[in-house]
Amino acid sequence: MTTTDRAPDLTRRSLGTGRRVRNGLATGAIALALLLAVIPLGLVVYYVIAKGAGVIDGAWFTEDIVNRARRAGGGMQPAIVGTLVVTGAAALMAIPLGVLGAIYLNEYGKQRPLARIVRTMADVMTGVPSIVMGLFIYVTVVLVTKSQSGFAAALALACLMLPVVIRSAEEILRLVPDELRQASAALGARRWRTTLTVVLPAALSGITSGSMLAIARAAGETAPVVVTAGLTFSSTWSLFKPNTTLSMQIFSNASQPFAPAQDRAWGAALTLVAIVLTFTVLARLISSRFAIKER
Amino acid sequence: MTKTLNRPPASTPAPQTDLTTSGGGVWGDRVFAAVCVAAGALVLAILALILVTTTQQSWAALRDSGLSFVTSPRWVANDPDGDGPLGPRFGALALIYGTAIVSLIALVIAVPISIGIALFITELAPRRLRGLSVTVIDLLAAVPSVVFGLWGILVVAPAIVPVYQWIHDLVDGIPVLDTVFGVPVSSGRGYMTAGLIVAIMIIPIITSIAREVFATVPEADKHAALALGATRWEMIRGAVFPHSFGGLVGAVMLGLGRAMGETIAVALTIGAAIQITGNVFQAGEALPSIIVRQWGESAGQHRAALIGLGVVLFALTILINLLARIVVRHAEARMKGAAR
Repeated sequence: MTTTDRAPDLTRRSLGTGRRVRNGLATGAIALALLLAVIPLGLVVYYVIAKGAGVIDGAWFTEDIVNRARRAGGGMQPAIVGTLVVTGAAALMAIPLGVLGAIYLNEYGKQRPLARIVRTMADVMTGVPSIVMGLFIYVTVVLVTKSQSGFAAALALACLMLPVVIRSAEEILRLVPDELRQASAALGARRWRTTLTVVLPAALSGITSGSMLAIARAAGETAPVVVTAGLTFSSTWSLFKPNTTLSMQIFSNASQPFAPAQDRAWGAALTLVAIVLTFTVLARLISSRFAIKER
Repeated sequence: MTKTLNRPPASTPAPQTDLTTSGGGVWGDRVFAAVCVAAGALVLAILALILVTTTQQSWAALRDSGLSFVTSPRWVANDPDGDGPLGPRFGALALIYGTAIVSLIALVIAVPISIGIALFITELAPRRLRGLSVTVIDLLAAVPSVVFGLWGILVVAPAIVPVYQWIHDLVDGIPVLDTVFGVPVSSGRGYMTAGLIVAIMIIPIITSIAREVFATVPEADKHAALALGATRWEMIRGAVFPHSFGGLVGAVMLGLGRAMGETIAVALTIGAAIQITGNVFQAGEALPSIIVRQWGESAGQHRAALIGLGVVLFALTILINLLARIVVRHAEARMKGAAR
């Protein structure tokens, strides 16, 4: 190092062994962490496909559920219909309200005290256990109407979706450039008009993708549905009758000791995962295709 | 820029023809603002209603049990053979204990893995792998918890008993360890299995918060560390970790909140035994899982007590989530200050 004609060796070789080994070990451990998360994901997907695919045939989509756990046969149509009805109704309630709430946070409330409280509490609300939402709807809706129904389950799911939609829609609204709002205001449009005809269309793709992720999560929820939806073995499109969902069928069949019930659980799991993944992938496609460019 | 301007086609021509009007009416503005405020306030209303209505509904059971609701380990819904104390007893201590143990196991497993994944994504991964890793974590978050539960009860639990047995044999005779890793339950359904499954499910949430936190570490600090000759690990230890400690604490707490509230997967894999035992390979029961398990067969006071468990769970998770959000926000605000 004292000689001036030779530049210091800055390559990796000049590192001490201890430091090099420690760096290598840490890098390996970090990569291993990702692997440890991939393995269970791969295993779950493998088992769901391997065990579920054999169960699903034509009758699966057309026949009622057999009401004896130990008997084979039957289909899963009521649960598929129930999942669509309950999740769809929940989405119809939660998405408009959630988007309006997001408009409040981003266009009106901004940093005002109420808006900050709502923002924090929406975050906190995403952490409320789904079973508690189910109990809440049981107490306020099922006990009052005196019947368990698909509608009660949809309300519980809507409560779970609401904060997710609010927060994701707010993130997107924040990305809409202010020039658009100013241009619209300069043309004489009032705030509500600007919001509905300029801001919302610009944010539409992002809101759609965020909402679809919320739908995907709600479709797989089980605990709130168990306490609110009641039970049925035949298809019903009515919101106000007891209903059943794929997630409920997985739960009730999984804890049975009989092979036919367990097969049904795997089949229902494959159907549910297919529905959830479809929504998730669609959401990602939409958000990557039509995203507002961040500047 | 031009692309975004072109998108809303209706906006440009319509107001032009409309210049003489008030552009949509004063009332439109007021009504719309009111509707939006109401939608935002709905969040607060729902949270308040949850607390009020569930407490009210479970009040009878909570009042009857008094403090023993959270201090007594005896949860006897009905006492048909009459060998226990008279009548049903509702003490949730064993359930709170089960929730605590399962959450602890889940955190011990999930936290290092999540931080590792977040580091991999923010510091280590080449661009292409980064997108792939994010997708993997998103998919992990997308799988419904009941599917993890199904996999846990039908695949993991039966297969893992020999592993538990092997660990038990390994530590047999060592004072504390042979109690903690005691004789495994034959079905494989117990605290450990539930903790494993919950760990998989909280990895995405901890990872995503940890990523956010790591992203706030000033680039200048990282570059400075590397320029001083630090290896990448030394850079992470010296520049990334000290900056993100507060945020990571918040991330772990959010994970804890999620783990405590996880219902279905725990209900399927924990084994349904109301007991307090130090043996993590034994079966247990947790707060949320007993609610779904006993819901169908409950009525009257029993059902009120189950709702009371929901109140306890709600209060615990709200507190933890609120604290976690404050910690995360505080840490992020400080980081932004430091970056300037």
